[in-house]
Amino acid sequence: MSWDWQVFLNDDGSGRTYLQWMFNAWGWTLAVAACSWVVAMLFGGLIGTLRTLPDSPWVSRLANVWVEMFRNVPLLVQIFLWYFVVPKIFPVMQQVPSFWLVVFALGFFTSARIAEQVRAGVQALPRGQRYAGMAMGLTTAQTYRYVILPMVFRIILPPLTSESMNLLKNSSVAFAVSIAELTMFAMQAQEETSRGIEVYLAVTFLYAISAFAVNRAMAFVERRVQIPGYIVAGGTGGGH
Amino acid sequence: MFGLDLTFLSWEIISKFVIKGFIFSVELTVISTIGGIILGTVLALMRLSGTKLLTVPATVYVNGMRSVPLVMVILWFYLLMPSWFFDLIPGGSNNRAEISAIITFVAFEAAYFSEIMRAGIQSIARGQVHAGQALGMTYAQNMRFIVLPQAFRNMLPVLLTQTIILFQDTSLVYAIGAYDLLKGLSTAGKIYGRPEEAYLLAAVVYFVICFGLSYLVKQLQNKIAIVR
Repeated sequence: MSWDWQVFLNDDGSGRTYLQWMFNAWGWTLAVAACSWVVAMLFGGLIGTLRTLPDSPWVSRLANVWVEMFRNVPLLVQIFLWYFVVPKIFPVMQQVPSFWLVVFALGFFTSARIAEQVRAGVQALPRGQRYAGMAMGLTTAQTYRYVILPMVFRIILPPLTSESMNLLKNSSVAFAVSIAELTMFAMQAQEETSRGIEVYLAVTFLYAISAFAVNRAMAFVERRVQIPGYIVAGGTGGGH
Repeated sequence: MFGLDLTFLSWEIISKFVIKGFIFSVELTVISTIGGIILGTVLALMRLSGTKLLTVPATVYVNGMRSVPLVMVILWFYLLMPSWFFDLIPGGSNNRAEISAIITFVAFEAAYFSEIMRAGIQSIARGQVHAGQALGMTYAQNMRFIVLPQAFRNMLPVLLTQTIILFQDTSLVYAIGAYDLLKGLSTAGKIYGRPEEAYLLAAVVYFVICFGLSYLVKQLQNKIAIVR
């Protein structure tokens, strides 16, 4: 069995080489991951915060329902739900391109995990911080905005890093609804060229360096925002 | 309601399409949990051995597996498995996707289980190991009778949580067309022209199982916490 990397210079039948196609697919992977990341951080931060609100049991119960709902159903099934079931129940959603459906699916799926980290972070914070905010006459919203959340997001940066990497890897599941991303490219290019090993090696490599880039970017953020003298407690999130 | 109709699902359809898939999903989960924990423990011991010859390959393996998507690994194994391999296993040539899925999951999950076991072994107090050594135990005896039983016990909730995640991940064998719970339901849905209902039902089934299991894990965690 010999290598044939030349296969990437072949025409794929539509006037572009497989190499161009692959980089295009990489772009889709990164686009899905980036958009989902924004959705996940927004909703994860919000839901996680709501779960820790004092004196509003119903809000935190609803937020808990959100987390359990999106955490206990496999991502692939959730993508199918967004793609097949949601447009059927809400006909308005039929106009939405499948890219955005996958972004919602992946974003909400990850938001449940991030909400869990945010909650753990808030609970890990010494109670005095909240009391200090109250003593200063801050409202609950202000306490969260100026005292609690800035600390919490620093504390949970290590698990957020691994969740971000998980999100990037999980974007591969988008192949199931024919988003033209890397995994989809790998499956199609392997079928067309029968050069599976080369194609899969290249795609695996792109995933690995993307995940590594996410890791470095988060490490950079971690260094930039760290508070001198404050040791950040690291916990690693499980799962993938 | 909402233009959905769940009445098409009769017991006949469930026993014809769904049960078989469900059994495979459970099988895959159980085998890869057991296999993954065994292989993962070996990897963890290798990483903690302090001998470069063992540490380096184990570290490369674990970090490598953890940096690529599971779907890619599933596709890799399916592609690389030679066909003579399936002929060695009775009934193997008809169940290529299923067999390669089992091997993939054991190999992939071992990396994640090994991280859990490594943390578990490191959580054991030094004095325990020293006590074993003072009693004249060999390295193997020390691990077998002192360290690993405690590590397993401490890590049991985490191991079980990982198993729940693993059960969710088994749906990804969709990529190679293995016949699991999701495939069973979606096949039934397609044949009877009700794909949306089938996916909805799949979500409900997965939810009930995973939610129930994580509730049990929480109970167990409380129980263990009291004993300690």
